Amino acid sequence: MTYVMSGDPDLETGQAILNGLPGAGADIIELGMAFSDPMADGPSIQAAAIRALDAGVTLKKTLDQVRTFRIEDDETPIVLMGYYNPIHHYGVEAFVQDAKEAGADGLIVVDLPPEEESELCIPALQGGLNFIYLTTPTTDDGRLPRVVEKASGFVYYVSVKGTTGAGSAAVSDIDAAVKRIRKHTDLPVAVGFGITTPEAAADVAAVSDAAVVGSALVNRVRDNLDADGKAGPGLVDEVLGFVGDLAASVRKTQSKG
Amino acid sequence: MSKPNTYRPNTLRDGPDETGHFGIFGGQFVAETLMPLVHDVAKAYEAAKADPEFEAEKAYYLSQYVGRPSPLYLAQRLTDHLGGAKVYLKREDLNHTGAHKVNNTIGQILLAKRMGKSRIIAETGAGQHGVATATVCALFDIPCTIYMGTKDIERQAPNVFRMKMLGAEVKPVTVGSCSLKDALNEAIRDWVTNVDSTYFLIGTAAGMHPFPMMVRDFQCVIGDEVREQIMEAEGRLPDTLVACIGGGSNAIGLFHPFLDDQDVKIIGTEAAGKGIETGEHAASLTAGSPGVLHGNRMYLLQDDDGQVQEADSISAGLDYPGIGPEHCWLHDMGRVEYVPVTDTEALDAFHALTKLEGIIPALESSHALAHAMKIAPDLPKDHILVVNLSGRGDKDLNTVAHAMGVDMGVNL
Repeated sequence: MTYVMSGDPDLETGQAILNGLPGAGADIIELGMAFSDPMADGPSIQAAAIRALDAGVTLKKTLDQVRTFRIEDDETPIVLMGYYNPIHHYGVEAFVQDAKEAGADGLIVVDLPPEEESELCIPALQGGLNFIYLTTPTTDDGRLPRVVEKASGFVYYVSVKGTTGAGSAAVSDIDAAVKRIRKHTDLPVAVGFGITTPEAAADVAAVSDAAVVGSALVNRVRDNLDADGKAGPGLVDEVLGFVGDLAASVRKTQSKG
Repeated sequence: MSKPNTYRPNTLRDGPDETGHFGIFGGQFVAETLMPLVHDVAKAYEAAKADPEFEAEKAYYLSQYVGRPSPLYLAQRLTDHLGGAKVYLKREDLNHTGAHKVNNTIGQILLAKRMGKSRIIAETGAGQHGVATATVCALFDIPCTIYMGTKDIERQAPNVFRMKMLGAEVKPVTVGSCSLKDALNEAIRDWVTNVDSTYFLIGTAAGMHPFPMMVRDFQCVIGDEVREQIMEAEGRLPDTLVACIGGGSNAIGLFHPFLDDQDVKIIGTEAAGKGIETGEHAASLTAGSPGVLHGNRMYLLQDDDGQVQEADSISAGLDYPGIGPEHCWLHDMGRVEYVPVTDTEALDAFHALTKLEGIIPALESSHALAHAMKIAPDLPKDHILVVNLSGRGDKDLNTVAHAMGVDMGVNL
């Protein structure tokens, strides 16, 4: 599973990356919706959001990117991931309708815990979009049932206490956490935050249903910018090549298992 | 007409509801990692509130350490100069650390101690909350880290030095607008990362529930004292209250005890920066719309895409694109009137009070003062107007000198 920021580093290059992800081996795509104040993100994804916003991305243009992607690919699931305010400003009802129509399959909204489910979770479910909840190391057994109660699609386990791209958890801890979550839900469990290499992705995928790689992928975008901060010539190939490495590593482990 | 004792009138003072909402505002828009801790804070606060020992300890520090009650001072020369309403100043500038912020940090540090937290983090704009936090952390020997935007570090250098001397680590925030909004983002990121050990000591009546309620409760000492003091001085309640609003903690602290007194007119002043029409301001209620940031729904300065806009004010403490949820609610129902005040108007008020009364007000408080000075001349002489002088202005001397074209190192 891969996370990329919509419109990073510009709309055209972002679209090319998005369109190339399934071919490179991504099973599910998380597409970041840029926000000016990404409070749960570390420096990598903060920088990606700034690049995308500077390049003129908006929530509407992110939905356009999904729509364009769907011309060629009608199968690979796309989950939109971001923060609530741009959706709130767009209008919840209109957003759910437009996201569904554009071809999105689900939503992950970091600052909408179950306590605020009436805001977007329930309208999204009614509108035919999955609403994916995050569980974390601080979500104890007392709270887990509440978190997974309305979850759909899959459950996203945030494996570290921290922002995206910071640190990484021991595979044994992830294994234990996934087993704990599975006691409360039959949904697949994806694991993210702090997974940076093909090897780590394979290790995590072996004890869960999917490993999410975000910051490491976004860093490949950053590393292939030219001196003016524009997309360098090999950027798309570099990013997709890394996705290929991730996918190959994960599949090797899965075929062994 | 008298009413039976059991009759409970409608009150504006029992918000928020159990889910932390004031009408549509407030709430708990928080990442899951923090959610269990946010519930813990709420539970611990409810328990503390009900514990007479907690109240006694808080009262002890407020009187013996902070120096409360702060005077309600009749500004006679200012009153004579304006020629209208009688202007009283609530002297929060005389508190230890020089602003109202310490009322809240005393309350929250006692709570953090009860919760067994071993580390404190806080955000600061003008540095007043940072200083108040560093101060109580020194007092209770708890390590603390203060997040502050580099723009604010530059214009509030004396406060940065104070925090460091008090033993705090001051972490410069270089992202976004490099001011209060971004300091809050970084503090939240720190909290997510150090959730077990760390208490986030929020400085204003905003953020996720229970903070807007808790900070308000700790600041209500301001309004409660004003009620008593004005009864003693004048034998009746004031006619008008004025306070400045950034996040809104000094204002809600003054206003809240008077919300049910319908005859008391209440006015909050927002920072209009270089003028509303320039787009460079921090007037969320005048020019913003409801949005979600930093854990709560509030009025927010944002663009067509829901991206948060940078605020602008000469006063670092008001330089924030949102405003606490209870103020948003009071604004929508019309109980409190909110008016914009520009940088220039605030500076004029700053100089006027300094010359007329020998009191150097904070630039934040100067926004409240400016509006009071605007309306007082047209009010009758028996009109009682109370201005919350939320902080002292020593920290702002560099900014004021700069605005006057004075280089303090060269041509004083």
